[in-house]
Amino acid sequence: MRKLLLLVGALLAVHVALLFVRPSGALEPPSSEGLDVGIVFDVGGRGDKSFNDGAYLGAMRAADSLGARVRFIEPGEGSDREAGLRLLAAEGMDLVVGVGFIFTDDLTLLAKEYPNVRFAGVDLAVANDAAGNPITPPANLAALKFREEEGSFLVGALAALLSRETRVGERAYRPTTRVGFVGGMDIPLIHKFEAGYRAGVRHVCPECTVVAQYAGVTPEAFRNPGRGKELALSQYQSGVNVIFHASGSTGLGVFEAARATGKLAVGVDADQYAEAPGHILTSMVKGVDAAVYDAIARAKAGTFRGGIQQFGLKEQGVGYVYDANNRALIPDALRARVEALRDSIVAGAIRVPAERES
Amino acid sequence: MIVVAFLAQVLRIVVPYLLAASGGVLSERAGIVALTLEGFMLTGAFTATLGSYYAGSPWVGLLAGIAGGVALALLLALATVRYKADQVVAGIALNLLAIGGTRFFLRYAFDSSSNSPRVPGFGGDGGGAVGAAATLAASAQNPLVWIGILTVPVVAWLLYRTPFGLRVRAAGEKPEAARSLGVPVARVRVLAVAGAGALAGLAGTYLALDQHQFTDGMTAGRGFIALAAVIFGRWDPKRVAFACVLFAAAETFQIQLQGAQLIPSQFVEMIPYVLTIVALAGVVGRSAAPAALGKAE
Repeated sequence: MRKLLLLVGALLAVHVALLFVRPSGALEPPSSEGLDVGIVFDVGGRGDKSFNDGAYLGAMRAADSLGARVRFIEPGEGSDREAGLRLLAAEGMDLVVGVGFIFTDDLTLLAKEYPNVRFAGVDLAVANDAAGNPITPPANLAALKFREEEGSFLVGALAALLSRETRVGERAYRPTTRVGFVGGMDIPLIHKFEAGYRAGVRHVCPECTVVAQYAGVTPEAFRNPGRGKELALSQYQSGVNVIFHASGSTGLGVFEAARATGKLAVGVDADQYAEAPGHILTSMVKGVDAAVYDAIARAKAGTFRGGIQQFGLKEQGVGYVYDANNRALIPDALRARVEALRDSIVAGAIRVPAERES
Repeated sequence: MIVVAFLAQVLRIVVPYLLAASGGVLSERAGIVALTLEGFMLTGAFTATLGSYYAGSPWVGLLAGIAGGVALALLLALATVRYKADQVVAGIALNLLAIGGTRFFLRYAFDSSSNSPRVPGFGGDGGGAVGAAATLAASAQNPLVWIGILTVPVVAWLLYRTPFGLRVRAAGEKPEAARSLGVPVARVRVLAVAGAGALAGLAGTYLALDQHQFTDGMTAGRGFIALAAVIFGRWDPKRVAFACVLFAAAETFQIQLQGAQLIPSQFVEMIPYVLTIVALAGVVGRSAAPAALGKAE
């Protein structure tokens, strides 16, 4: 009995102590001058080498060049995401940003509750009504969405063109018409990547086949490098030379397979060259930093508006990496061809599908 | 060639299942529910990465992986054997601890919430060879593959041919009777759980060293599939090994189909769990769990 009381006492003490936990960053309440921005990260937080780090970069850039005061909250696993957003909204922040589609419901709810606070959600999932039209988010909530299919189109074209080369960088390859794709969880968000990739492959190589596989049907599929490696090995063994992954850290297994077989892979979201130098052809990058910076800049300039904001090739919200690291892997002629495709997409001459053909 | 590729892939996939499920048999036959296999694996994967990173040797990683699994297993033993906590609750709690703990120390050690730096593993990189035979040869150079295969007969021998195994089975079937005959039930259970931690820790080690890094949550439910294999295999080491091979073959089959949607992938992912329910329903012969499974002494 005494033990139990002690335990309850200890838990109570911890509980009370937790009430005093404050988010990191500036502690003074927001003032009327300047711009106060609150950012709530997705699980993983900073150091995920992807979304959260991108949002952090964009916010820090806004802090430097726009003088915004930025506060970050890193929720743990579970339901304190909403609490983080609510805390920032209640303090009267000028802009509250949720990083990741996981915040969709919480942001939509809070935007209605706090009509005077501006909200932005990276990758916010916009639901469709019965007629299939997107339901516009509240006027103070911006959905920062990316045209992943456009960036995927370009890396698809690059992968297909490169698969027919006999030599990439310093390694020799047997030319092939098979190109690979490894997705994480089998959901529409990832189908966008596949659809764009397929369209890009088909555009430059009608006779090519895309081998597309998914790591699973649960969120675990984004964190299963073991499965990623096996999927990639079987694709490489079937003659594929280049695999594009859109699968979170499952893709690290794809890179491992590329190392083991001496083949090539395409990274996603951020520049992933460092994960397997020499084997990462390029990465399809999403400009989360640019989108977050843009939202903050608009809030400062007074031009912030809610609704869906798309970041595609034109807005430089998506793209592919071409720099000193991978220049040796991509012949100039191919680079020129892909750049021409980019111009056509930006000009509207090529329309990239965002959904798979069924 | 396709057959070789298939077998090589089944082998790579089955090794962590064999290790973890053999550990699960040991634990459950002693009467302790093996819900924490997932946590043992994840912890083992992380400590193995640490060991391999700081010592620069996969063998140190292997020892560290065992140590990590055993450490968490001893916590489970402390809670369930010493303090007689509910095994299911304690098991789930320790799984959560493993997820949060590895994430915390990943950030602490490597300043990343995603993955560790590259660490040394066993065997070569495959030397850039693509063929199925080459990957099979690479597996053959990995001592963990051999340990995984040998674990099955060793655990079977331990359970059925040694005094310790008899005590384990007694502790899992009728702990009161065992104690009245002078068997130190608590100590036997602690040892069996520690053994499960060591084997599942090795399973995690295999995953981490095969990837040459730790990634957050990298076990991705394999511990639960191993537990399903334990139940489907009716707590017998050899039948459990067969179940592991069956599950691995189903996975391989799906991978080798290369996206051809002959069977929906949802269905293939269900197989281990459906078979487990089928086994529990008694469709494939009597399925009797150790009588004292989940009960305090």
